This record gives sequence, C-alpha cells and structure tokens, in this order.
Amino acid sequence: MRPFSYVRATSPAEAAQQAAQVEGARFIAGGTNLLDLMKLEIETPLHLIDVNDLALDRIEATPEGGLRIGALVRNTDLAADSRVRKDYGLLSRALLAGASGQLRNAATTAGNLLQRTRCPYFYDTNQACNKRHPGSGCAAIGGVTRQLGIIGVSSACIATHPSDMAVAMRVLDAQVETIRPDGTTRVIPMADFHRLPGNTPNIETALSANELITAVTLPAPVGGTHIYQKVRDRASYAFALISIAAVVQKNGTGHVAVGGVAHRPWRVEEAEKLMPDGAKAVTAKLLAGATPTHENEFKVTLVERTLASVMSQARAAS
Amino acid sequence: MNDRDLMKLTRRKFLIVGAVTATSVALPPFISALASAANSARPVTNPVSMEVNGVPRQMNLDTRTTLLDALREHLQLTGTKKGCDHGQCGACTVIANGRRVNSCLTLAVMQQGSKITTVEGLGTPDKLHPMQAAFIKHDGYQCGYCTPGQICSAVAVLDEIRQGIPSHASPSLTDRPELIAREFQERMSGNICRCGAYSNIIQAISEVAEATA
Repeated sequence: MRPFSYVRATSPAEAAQQAAQVEGARFIAGGTNLLDLMKLEIETPLHLIDVNDLALDRIEATPEGGLRIGALVRNTDLAADSRVRKDYGLLSRALLAGASGQLRNAATTAGNLLQRTRCPYFYDTNQACNKRHPGSGCAAIGGVTRQLGIIGVSSACIATHPSDMAVAMRVLDAQVETIRPDGTTRVIPMADFHRLPGNTPNIETALSANELITAVTLPAPVGGTHIYQKVRDRASYAFALISIAAVVQKNGTGHVAVGGVAHRPWRVEEAEKLMPDGAKAVTAKLLAGATPTHENEFKVTLVERTLASVMSQARAAS
Repeated sequence: MNDRDLMKLTRRKFLIVGAVTATSVALPPFISALASAANSARPVTNPVSMEVNGVPRQMNLDTRTTLLDALREHLQLTGTKKGCDHGQCGACTVIANGRRVNSCLTLAVMQQGSKITTVEGLGTPDKLHPMQAAFIKHDGYQCGYCTPGQICSAVAVLDEIRQGIPSHASPSLTDRPELIAREFQERMSGNICRCGAYSNIIQAISEVAEATA
C-alpha cells in the first residue's frame, strides 16, 4: 500500500472542500472496498478523508412520504430498519443477499453504490484494463467471461456493477443527494447515477470530482409484492451471476431491474410494460441488443427463467 | 544466533525471521532502494487510541496499518488471525463497538476511540466463554486457524438474531428471526473453514443458543 495522510472531516461541506484542496484525496467510510483495492495498489490515494463523523447515519421520513437514508447508514442497519422491511422489502432482501455479516456491518449506503467491479482482469494488475489504466486495453474481452457483462458493454470494457443494493435502488426510483466542493448540492436519479462504459470505463458514475454523497432518498412506497432473486454459484457470500429485483402489483404490472449483466443496474421501462404478457416478452425487450459471449450467453436464459420464477412467486403471494 | 537461541524462538518469530531472510536473498539491495525512491510519498504516522478487551491502548501508527495488524503486530494480540487479508475469509473477525467486522478491512486510525473485543477478550483458558467451550466440546475446528474468527463471529451472530436483524435465510422480513441452524449457516458464511468443520461449528453455536435462549 502506498503511504497516505489521513484526516477526519467534521461536516459534509468541509469534507468536499478539503478533497478539492489536497491532491489525490479520497473519501473513506466503511473502507471495505477502497482499502482492499489500496492493498493491491489499484487505488492509490495520497490523502484519505474519513467521513465517518459526518452524522449521515440516520434514516428519516421525508415530507413526500418516503425515506431519506444517510450516506453512512450501514448495510446491516438499512436492511434491518422496520420501515424498509415493511414498505421496501426488496431493498432489505437485496442487501441481505449481498456480502457477509461482517462486511454488511461496515459497508455504507453510499460506498455500496460506489464499489468497483469485481472483474478479475480489473483486480489482476498484470492484465490490461481500461478502468485501471485508460487506453491499456481490455484483457477480459476474449478472456474468461462467465461472470461478465452481456448488455450495454463496449469494446473498451465488459465489466459489471457488483452491487445488489443498487439494483433494488434502481427499481425503487431512488435518488442520490450530493454536495460539491463549492458547497452546492444536487440530486441525481439512480437512472443517471451509474454510467455505461463506452470509451471511458474508468468514469463509472455521474459524480464530478470530489463530489460527496450525503444521502439516498426513496419515494413514497408503491406497495405490491417485493422480490429480490439472486442466482449465484454458492448459496451465500458470492456475487450474482444474475439477479432480478421486482415490484409486482396484483394486476400483473410492475417494475423490474436486473443485476449482474451490465455496467449498471439494468432496467428498461418499455420492457416493464410487457410484464402482464409474461417473462419471455419482458426479457426479449429488456435484453434486446445483448452481445453475450459463448461463456456467458447462459445469462440471457437465466434472466428469463428467473424472471418467470419471480412473477410466479408474486402471483402466489398476491 | 546459536542453536540454543534458535530453540527458544517461537514458531511465529521463526517464520518472521525466515521471511526477512528470504527477501534479502531474493532481491539485491538496489531494487528496494529504487522502489522506495519511486514511491515519493513518505509514510505518515498518526496517534491512535482505542480500548482493546477493556484496556485503553495508545499507539503511534503508520496510517496504512489495518486494525488487524495493529492488534497482532503492535499489541501482540495474535489470537486474531490473518487469512486472506482481503475480507474474503473471516479469520480476522473481531467485535468493534459491539458489531463483528473484518479487522483486515478497516484502518486502525479509523477505529480511534473504538471498543474492540478479540478472542482473547471473550474468555481465558481458565474461564472460557461459553462459545469457546462449545467449540471444544463439539470439535468445531481441525487446524484451528479460522477458529478465533469463527468464535467472534458466532458470538455476534447470536446477538444479531436476538436484536431481530433479519438474514437472507429468514422466511419473513417482519417476523423475528429464529435461533435455528439454517440462520446460523447463512449468517456464518463470511467465515471460511478450510478444514470443513462447518457441521460441528453449527452444533456448537446451536448448543450455546439453546443454553442462553
């Protein structure tokens, strides 16, 4: 690990301002992903700004009837919150399907959104990777691709976003609240938060330099049956091959997003409209234009079959 | 160093000496000098204080020091083990401010003011924690390397279930989770046992859960 200086920030505005003033500064909260990548020298910050004292660890009701989740709310606490369990069950289920108990106790809401891909070629510093070294190429293309992306990929990157929570947040139409070094704040819809790789897979989110996430908000509950179904190589503590996050209403309409297939949670609103027609119709629209490899083309079939299972569970529950 | 001194070395110190010797043989001196010249940033040290197993401890640490390395290398609390050092195996699990965490994935400086409990703080050879006694009774280990992490994790798991925190294995999000094997198996998935003592570990946890229910 490279040497770095360290401070604890006392307010979100101060943290963002400090980050802009020191070269190579990064925020650290749970540290479960950043510290791991620092050990491998994939991340090499010169200065760490610890944001754990910023009092962003509360979940509050919003005037619109939704919830404002502080950026520092730990995954365990978000999954266990009684309001989330009752009205946003999908979110609890997604969180509980991810990582281990130890990691969920440390990992934060904002950090979860910002975690980096688990593409093995990103992690192996001997391999070419346009995320690590823009312009160096992508060793994953033509390599071992079973876990990698099938849609929205580019000739520069076929990595996936690893988060389960983000898939649920996308289906729930969450919004990300931030503060910038100049003190201005803004709200970024989840639909716009994660980018597709294009020619710049190193730029993963809509955040600008040194912009700090302060909260994630959820709109008022929409009811329906909430299901998060994750398919993985072992029964616990593994990243998704694919996952389905769905809210299904009694009349068969609803919302659905897919994890494990793209550089961001994959949701196509036009495809959702076909939910009353069944999983085959939805999947055809949802994954239209997919470019899987020989090793991961099974994911297309897996999405359709898992979605069929989810819709069948929803019918049984309503 | 004569033979007598060598005999007095603990296995752990012997391994450290061995590793240092191996490094100096493998790399000519100029390689390491070049490496540090390329790394223009100098190490930074920060004062850190935390309570470990009920005892206030103060250290001056390189900011890069993980909580795990602070415990093992600076406080000589070697009960907590380093397995993968990447949060994948759970051997380094300790309880920080009442919650189990991977001590390899948090910096010691981030734990300023924290209360840390390691396996040494749960019980002693004369007065074992019930979970330690149950692991012995049920043979919840073979080589024992993952055991301190397994025990710290297991103690925290029972606490999490009692607090009503749901898991992936809980059939309902709104009912209270039960103290049953299916829950223990899911909640212990962050602790890997290379020897495969899982079924005995679950028996040990189940016994403690029943005794304290």
